[in-house]
Amino acid sequence: MRDVAVVGFAQTPQVRETRATTNGVEMLVPIINGVLRDLDITKHDIGFWCSGSSDYLAGRAFSFVSAIDATGPVPPINESHVEADAAWAMYEAWVKIQTGDVDTALVYGFGKSSAGDLRRTLALQLDPYVLAPLWPDSLAIAGLQAQLGIEQGRWSEAAMAEVAVRARRDAETNPNAQLAGSKDVDALLAEPYLAQPLRRHDCAPITDGAAVIVLAADERARRLSPRPAWITGIAHAIDSAHIGARDLTTSPSAAKAARTAGIDSVEVAELHTPFTHQELLLHAELGLGDDVRLTPSGGALAGNPMFAGGLVRVGEAARQIFDGAAGRVMAHATAGPALQQNLVCVMEGR
Amino acid sequence: MKERAAVLGTGQTHYRAKRQDVSMAGLLHEAIDRALADAHVGWDDIDAVVVGKAPDFFEGVMMPELSLADAIGAVGKPLLRVHTAGSVGGSTGVVAASLVHAGVHERVLAVAWEKQSESNAMWALSIPIPFNMPVNAGAGGYFAPHVRSYIRRSGAPTHVGAIVAAKDRRNAAKNPFAHLKQPDQTVEKVQASQMLWDPIRYDETCPSSDGACAVVIGSENAARAVDRPAWIHATSMRTEPTTYAGRDQVNPRAGRDCAAALWKQAGITNPLEEIDAAEIYVPFSWFEPMWLENLGFTPEGEGWKLTEAGETEIGGKLPINASGGVLSSNPIGASGMIRFAEAAMQVMGRAGEHQVEGVRKAVGHAYGGGSQFFSMWVVGSEKP
Repeated sequence: MRDVAVVGFAQTPQVRETRATTNGVEMLVPIINGVLRDLDITKHDIGFWCSGSSDYLAGRAFSFVSAIDATGPVPPINESHVEADAAWAMYEAWVKIQTGDVDTALVYGFGKSSAGDLRRTLALQLDPYVLAPLWPDSLAIAGLQAQLGIEQGRWSEAAMAEVAVRARRDAETNPNAQLAGSKDVDALLAEPYLAQPLRRHDCAPITDGAAVIVLAADERARRLSPRPAWITGIAHAIDSAHIGARDLTTSPSAAKAARTAGIDSVEVAELHTPFTHQELLLHAELGLGDDVRLTPSGGALAGNPMFAGGLVRVGEAARQIFDGAAGRVMAHATAGPALQQNLVCVMEGR
Repeated sequence: MKERAAVLGTGQTHYRAKRQDVSMAGLLHEAIDRALADAHVGWDDIDAVVVGKAPDFFEGVMMPELSLADAIGAVGKPLLRVHTAGSVGGSTGVVAASLVHAGVHERVLAVAWEKQSESNAMWALSIPIPFNMPVNAGAGGYFAPHVRSYIRRSGAPTHVGAIVAAKDRRNAAKNPFAHLKQPDQTVEKVQASQMLWDPIRYDETCPSSDGACAVVIGSENAARAVDRPAWIHATSMRTEPTTYAGRDQVNPRAGRDCAAALWKQAGITNPLEEIDAAEIYVPFSWFEPMWLENLGFTPEGEGWKLTEAGETEIGGKLPINASGGVLSSNPIGASGMIRFAEAAMQVMGRAGEHQVEGVRKAVGHAYGGGSQFFSMWVVGSEKP
């Protein structure tokens, strides 16, 4: 395997509603140009491009087609797209670099959730024959998962509120966070339910945003960054689609991805948890010690741009390495209902 | 450092306008079961699954691979979903090949599909988008001006399109999976069919199909167990914008660059002499001569001469779409992978009645969008 590192990361501010169009171009141009400028390279230095986005979120077919304009692909580029969070686009880019065909890759993701009704849109990810027609929306399914964990004594509403308080207080130092600052646990627990047992603070906000990451191999990475975030392991897996057949209080695919990627002795874990109980679930499932700092950016609970949110976790974790704040970190990305699909990326400074 | 990779087996569904006898899961299963059997492997031998299809609106399900995870044997494994417009079937093959080339996996299952009868593709393509030119006339209306421009630039006689259409439908009659089979199709009959988008007539257009295609790609080690695998000699993808000043939509630079990179990687200096069979994405008849030029098989303006001389027939110098091609079966998201799989089948000697004799190297080609997305591969009977 080649040594591949994250050498650059940029993101838009996470906002409730952007004035930009659903095709992502207006969000992407400034951050793509910004990350290339910071690395002192041009688009011609990029060997492979890969993006993540969703047609259903954009309310149109081929959402990525216009987004490609943001890369200025003349002359033509070596390019691909996943209909998934851009963390999976980064995986494809990492694989492409491993083939030896290219030494650099630029990965981006974007999502304008404000353009539609996110709760109902995500219901269309469910089995189209027997489940989707019942319209269980994303909060309802997350609520079922949270309730099961409470009934089994895996977590409590108070523990969930503690996660929310920490996340939103951490977000106070994240200039891109949509939400920052929090009341204390007792005050949060006095709030009404949104989808029992979930309260508003238990759920990620609806966010518009985009993110971009640059990968480079070997000597190229060393030249581009004084402190590259070297990827020591990256893996992903998916669980069954049948909500009723899965034990929703576990996430075997996340555990498997973590085992394959090798998460031992990480100091920081940026977890992609759009709901508070999912952090508690993953903390146990991944066997993270109490000394591991969880999601210092504030995470999805402070801002969750769909189809970029997982890539943001990778970028935020890499930033811990860039800054010298940590020596070994992990990032996690999730997709699908109730943590169905999970990716883990482990990085370290050298 | 690149690991060798080979196609170990392929599988296809029967293509029809409406496959109402199967669910989406059943459709994918049909192709996957055949591919696994052809590769002599079981579900447990597969390390990862790569899924490709065109827009989710074509079936009305958001990211359907999530709900199909069980049916396609992906549970507990890595599942990647590729979407690069009409080229996606090819791109899915390229991504799956990369996973083996990179040394990440031993055996990868790639499956691409479309079940157009679940929804309405014309509607899905016609959603108005702010600041974008509408495609209300569908793909035929979009591409007809490019074809007219090609005829003007090349001076091709106007019956060349009909030659392609008649050939592909006759070839399809030899392919058990093809959607439209016309063993007695002639140039005259094509020319007598209804004009849809001048100069494209009804018999010169692709159908709307339901269908899926799967391939199993394995490492050199995995290929030892297979009699005559199709070695992957080169893969290539290129993208350019839909529109930009000076863009040549008849002979797009993205396609030329993609082909040049492909031939270089495969060590091919004279494609016409070195390639024995080609599966090229031809949704409207005239794209055969257009892509012959774009791929570099002939100089610009001369692709039609190869077609007119009958050299693209089975038995000709460069048989194109012996399977019947996209003109005979078009489950959009799968169409590119079918090209890739049929190229592999030719090399493996498993194409049955539409087998071209003595194929050592074949090319699979796919394009998408407004001719701005391209993916290609070269497969061969010998190790690269």
